[in-house]
Amino acid sequence: MKQLVILSGKGGTGKTSVAAALAHLASQEMPVVLADADVDAANLELVLEPTKREEHVFMGGQVAVIDPDLCQLCGQCYEVCRFEAVIRGTMNPTWEPYRIDALACEGCASCVYQCPEKAIHAEEQQAGLWFRSDTRFGPLFHAHLFAGQENSGKLVTMVKQQGRLLALDEERDLLLVDGPPGIGCPVISANAGADLALIVTEPTVSGVHDLERILGTVNHFRVPALVLINKADLNPVHTTRIEAYCQDHGIDLVGKIAYDDVVTEAMVQGQPVTAYQPDGAAATTLRQAWAQVRRHLDGRA
Amino acid sequence: MIIAVASGKGGTGKTTVATSLAQSIAADGRLSAPSGAAERARAQEASQPDQKLVFLDCDVEEPNAALFLQPDLDDGQEVGILIPDVDYDRCTFCGRCAEVCPWHAIAVVGRKVLVFPELCHGCGSCTLNCPEDAIHEVLHVMGVLESGPAGPISFGHGILNVGEAMAVPIIRQLKARHMADNDVDLAILDASPGTSCPVVETMRGADFVLLVTEPTPFGLHDLRLAAQVARDELGLPVGVVVNRDGVGDTGVEEYCAAQDIPILMRIPIDRRIAEAISGGQSLVEALPEYRPHFIQLYEQILGIVSSQEERP
Repeated sequence: MKQLVILSGKGGTGKTSVAAALAHLASQEMPVVLADADVDAANLELVLEPTKREEHVFMGGQVAVIDPDLCQLCGQCYEVCRFEAVIRGTMNPTWEPYRIDALACEGCASCVYQCPEKAIHAEEQQAGLWFRSDTRFGPLFHAHLFAGQENSGKLVTMVKQQGRLLALDEERDLLLVDGPPGIGCPVISANAGADLALIVTEPTVSGVHDLERILGTVNHFRVPALVLINKADLNPVHTTRIEAYCQDHGIDLVGKIAYDDVVTEAMVQGQPVTAYQPDGAAATTLRQAWAQVRRHLDGRA
Repeated sequence: MIIAVASGKGGTGKTTVATSLAQSIAADGRLSAPSGAAERARAQEASQPDQKLVFLDCDVEEPNAALFLQPDLDDGQEVGILIPDVDYDRCTFCGRCAEVCPWHAIAVVGRKVLVFPELCHGCGSCTLNCPEDAIHEVLHVMGVLESGPAGPISFGHGILNVGEAMAVPIIRQLKARHMADNDVDLAILDASPGTSCPVVETMRGADFVLLVTEPTPFGLHDLRLAAQVARDELGLPVGVVVNRDGVGDTGVEEYCAAQDIPILMRIPIDRRIAEAISGGQSLVEALPEYRPHFIQLYEQILGIVSSQEERP
């Protein structure tokens, strides 16, 4: 079983549209498992129309809770908290005990240990949900991190682990992971254990800048990378720059998709672009790109 | 006044809107301008020189605003978190540090104490709980803060080092560094995509959250989540900018109407805009006719914020 992760650095370059297309194309050649690792803003389900089979609670970590009846307003908790998560209490005009801002609390429990009144305890809290669903291209593992929660990396790891276990169990050949934007904790989790990363970029100053950082990140964790340029005709100068960069760094470019409204139309229709307009230019490029990705996955590149 | 610009979905035009908003206000030469013409004239007369406009790029994983604002940046300051360093002359290997660490970032193995900087959140709990006073803290560098003027705009951004996981400490320190002065009249904060902790850290303490979206199913799905964070979790007033207006469907429109979220500006789908931005020009540099629209956007935000303040 091979693991392919789709990343971009910059958001909005077309990761999910590419992931949906590859899910469609790959599933015609081999049994696949899909995982949406963008747990903050999971969009793959909007294209794949999943039927939910299982729903599980995700416990995201601890939050401190102050017992208002025990608080003596000493302020120790406020002093030790480095996350601005303690809201000061007051004596005047009314007695207001100290409180915890649950969104800011990182659950370190430093205040729990320091409170001389033992008025603070840590509570496990539910930070999201994860699901196993069926789609027309294979089983999908996806999740919903509750608004503003931490530990997205942990939830990404959970979603991927479930996908991996099923793939091994049912002897499926490919785990296809749609990653989040950025280079931080959820990206590192999405990238962990991957055999190959496909980076979707665009020829803009931001795209180029972010491409170098995401390639640095996957390289740091020793995952080989391929690059796909989306909206390639938007700025030929930057497209050439990306091509030169890839060549200099020995990274294979697997395709250049021209800007095409049909990609958005397909999304609105809830279809991968390769199924929505199979003979179009975007679909043709994606098929060629998939063939190259497959060669790399099979070790034939 | 602090305006955070966020979106949920990536690539909807946060940085485009944030940079053009800042440049338009800077070019207009006034900040917290009251909307009445007479008052505006008075304010203009009274204030100018010491009014300060701050722009902070809080997308420390992929900071791009500097590409458009072209600030004259300083040499930068390394930032990170404080991680434990064990003094072996005092340590008795009692294991209390490992016991209190919820992230397993410190472990006692025989007569060695192992610290895992990539797991540490820098809370200081191990230091405080060590009965022998055998832990002191050292800076673990995770990124750099750079700042400098971009014309009349006071610019700052943070850059997370490649391979580092935690963006929040960088954002927190970026904000602390620039927002500590009381002389900031307006701060525009450009958030990262998503809806989890880095976005919350950016929005915290803001007076208004401007949500930039595109009228597609992905845009709508992520707008909902971002609105939930800003409005429902943090209790902040929100407004929407619809970018690439004309592409996609009517879902965003219907959602905003149903949720009573004002659409403050629309930027039509226009290849000229996409091409200008791809080359590093900001929207108002490429198409100056948008400047008055951004000033209008700012005045609407001021109106919403002041009407909120009047509420009991």
